[in-house]
Amino acid sequence: MTSSEIPILRLGKILLAGLLKELDDKTAVLFADELSRQVSTVGAEAVVLDITKLEIVDSFAARILVEIATMARLLGARVVVAGMRYPVAITLVELGLDLPGVETALSVEHAVNMLSQPGGSRDG
Amino acid sequence: MTDREVMAPGQVSSLQIRAEEDLLAARHAVRAAALEAGFGLVAQTKLITAASELVRNCYVHGGGGELVIERLVPPPRAGLRLTISDDGPGIVDPDAALVDGYSTGHGLGHGLGGAKRLVDEFHLDTGPGRGTTVVITRWVGR
Repeated sequence: MTSSEIPILRLGKILLAGLLKELDDKTAVLFADELSRQVSTVGAEAVVLDITKLEIVDSFAARILVEIATMARLLGARVVVAGMRYPVAITLVELGLDLPGVETALSVEHAVNMLSQPGGSRDG
Repeated sequence: MTDREVMAPGQVSSLQIRAEEDLLAARHAVRAAALEAGFGLVAQTKLITAASELVRNCYVHGGGGELVIERLVPPPRAGLRLTISDDGPGIVDPDAALVDGYSTGHGLGHGLGGAKRLVDEFHLDTGPGRGTTVVITRWVGR
């Protein structure tokens, strides 16, 4: 298998991908690879990862998210993780994982609004 | 066990961890059991996440093993107990392995210590050449 089977949509300079309900380790790794390739080839300025459907984020999945964000930043793009469920957030805090370097937004809509603002500050 | 199967109180089910697909199957089984036991959304998420960490450890470090799901009924309280065991090399320094940031694999090193924080009871039995058994329990309505 060479594809993660997670569709990556292109909206101008933003790449948008929705993670599926169940993220298995192999898919996660393939997806990270594929996404980095696409960020580089399309010259994306930002990546929005929709994790609305993700019911759990364990330390492996968290590591993948951090790696994707780091990789994208090195390529000059921002990564916004959107739609984290509140039980997932509570669990991540207890696991001691605060996703360093990963920007977050309440929803994909919030993420896109955040990215389309001039300057693009996460608080603006 | 599938999502649709109902686990009666006091029932025990087990699942072999032999392939990567079994990690997802284990999550499904724990989710189904947690729903059935009456856990709330946050408690369910914590328990499934803890199970996911431990089952992955069992597969990656222990070379596979078994997950046993046990539905606990009163007395004293309703809960769910998971036993994850393998016959792998065991953990040389269990105390160090429970400290955040300790990792011999590809995680963030929060797996074991993190799993411990997500449950009410945590018991680790391991040693070089002895394999690893982790028993975690979470009570309903905490």
